Amino acid sequence: MLSIADLHVYYGGIHAVKGISLDIAKGQIVTLVGANGAGKSSTVRAVSGLVKSCTGSITYEGHGNILGKAPEEIVRTGIALSPEGRRILPHLTVEENLQLGAYIRNDTQGIAKDKEWVYSLFPRLKERAWQAGGTLSGGEQQMLAVGRALMSNPDIVMLDEPSLGLAPKLVNEIFAIIKHINSLGKTILLIEQNAFAALSIAHKAYILETGTVVLEGTGQELLHNPEVKKAYLGG
Amino acid sequence: MMLTPELFIQHFFNALALGSLYGLIAIGYTMVYGILRLINFAHGDIFMLGAYFVFFSTIAFMPAWLAALLVAIALLIMFTTFRDKSKATPAWYWGAQALLLGLAGYYGFISPVEFQPPWVLAVFFAIAVTSACGIVVDRVAYQPLRDAPRISALISAIGISFLIENLGVVVFSGLPRAVRQPDMLVKPIIANISAITGNADSVVRISPMALIVPSVSLLLVSGLLWIIYRTKPGLAMRSISKDIETTRLMGVSVNKVIALTFALGSALAAASGIMWALRYPQIHPYMGVLPGFKAFIAAVFGGIGSIHGAMLGGLILGFIEVFITATFPALSGYRDAFAFVLLIVILLWKPTGIMGARTEEKI
Ligand SMILES: Nc1ncnc2c1ncn2[C@@H]1O[C@H](COP(=O)(O)OP(=O)(O)OP(=O)(O)O)[C@@H](O)[C@H]1O
Ligand SMILES: [Mg+2]
Repeated sequence: MLSIADLHVYYGGIHAVKGISLDIAKGQIVTLVGANGAGKSSTVRAVSGLVKSCTGSITYEGHGNILGKAPEEIVRTGIALSPEGRRILPHLTVEENLQLGAYIRNDTQGIAKDKEWVYSLFPRLKERAWQAGGTLSGGEQQMLAVGRALMSNPDIVMLDEPSLGLAPKLVNEIFAIIKHINSLGKTILLIEQNAFAALSIAHKAYILETGTVVLEGTGQELLHNPEVKKAYLGG
Repeated sequence: MMLTPELFIQHFFNALALGSLYGLIAIGYTMVYGILRLINFAHGDIFMLGAYFVFFSTIAFMPAWLAALLVAIALLIMFTTFRDKSKATPAWYWGAQALLLGLAGYYGFISPVEFQPPWVLAVFFAIAVTSACGIVVDRVAYQPLRDAPRISALISAIGISFLIENLGVVVFSGLPRAVRQPDMLVKPIIANISAITGNADSVVRISPMALIVPSVSLLLVSGLLWIIYRTKPGLAMRSISKDIETTRLMGVSVNKVIALTFALGSALAAASGIMWALRYPQIHPYMGVLPGFKAFIAAVFGGIGSIHGAMLGGLILGFIEVFITATFPALSGYRDAFAFVLLIVILLWKPTGIMGARTEEKI
């Protein structure tokens, strides 16, 4: 459905992603695992059109090569990103943040329905619908970032560290929610520090190190791979 | 010197009107600053253009001029509308072009009679053209510099401001012109206030404009706030002011929203310029400089980025100017300096402005 080939990302003189190739099949959960600075965020940012200088190709079924398109065009093709660091608009209410997520849509009823759906996924957001985004706790902001990405009714949802800053109980909850979203037919590209949980739910996984893919396989394969165990699963 | 109740009431309305005019201009500064972190020095000149456009559109048109004007608008639409190259050009676009060129042909050749537009039409026309000018200023002077260091855009702002003023001298001529005021706006309203003062012959005379200006301003600002807080483009505007990248991620075309910001700010400046020209009925190409500076100070005083703050700052400045000159006539020669004193005071006392602390209000 989405296939990234030989992607390179540069920041000035820094060569952050050095020829990554990924394949994301429709309906799957694909996860990127890797140490800090491996280039995971750079990869999804490149898909979303947020990186200025990159080469390679990103082929998206039905849209051809989308590399080089502006972020506002990419989201219209059906790829949404819940960015690293949440990026909630702090002065807008929860409701308005969700409304903004649905900016590309005009079907008022569909938007209202999806908003109720997001609120049912994250009841805490509903209680705080009229509160400014900046006054939410870190975990609540994370839920809002995920909910906001869903509001554009995307086919592919890219989640950059959705469990960051969540309490352990909520981490389990968010992984359950990711599985649930996937079961509704949405394709998911997941970036996670929590390698164990990510690999457990992933159909396919890629291990990144300093800008290159060093290992790939199904989630279960990598979960039992001794190298992965040693490097990412704490033994 | 003590003010009599009669004088107080008169000055009160004068101050309210002057302050509203400043406030309307200040809003444009504050909106553009809120989104681009840029001081649009050309904004005072946009105010001037509003006054000139209404001046030219209320005088009787020579047929040839009218035709030329219509063609110019058609060209303006062509260069400023945003046409998505991947989509078919919408029908309204061709419709508008055809209508304008058709009218141009009709008035220029088929029926070349003098045409005197009614006031209301002239006002709407002037506001629309001024808005378009605001968009053009952004497109020409600022959009190419979006990723450049902020100082470049600032220099460009000063440049475009001088350009508009001097083009004004060339095109409109530097001589001041008298604006024709409709009679109903000239005759003062006389009210007997003996009920308040107990003095049988105490009357106040208020210029109708002193009542019209605050009412129209209130209406316009309410409309603006409605757009900003209740519509989708307004949501995008509020969002862009905080985080451009994330806003784009949500599918917002930033340049369109910025163009809308310039259009709205320029429309308010045009309204202010038009009412200014009706109240102080003389216009010249540099008329925007001082009100522009003062309105900018009002925006800083109110807390730049805040729309409520800009309006409040404008009103406060209007009251200070009118009441200080009224109570101390000896100081009236320094009238234009009050704003700058106010600027120094606020920068020393509270650099973020009076509404500046409420960051969540910033646009
Ligand atoms: N805007 C930027 N300017 C310069 N260098 C950058 C920028 N963004 C990322 N980098 C560099 O690119 C490399 C990859 O960064 P990236 O954010 O993609 O890593 P990551 O895998 O997401 O790491 P983390 O797990 O810490 O989020 C890092 O070395 C980082 O320093
Ligand atoms: Mg990252």
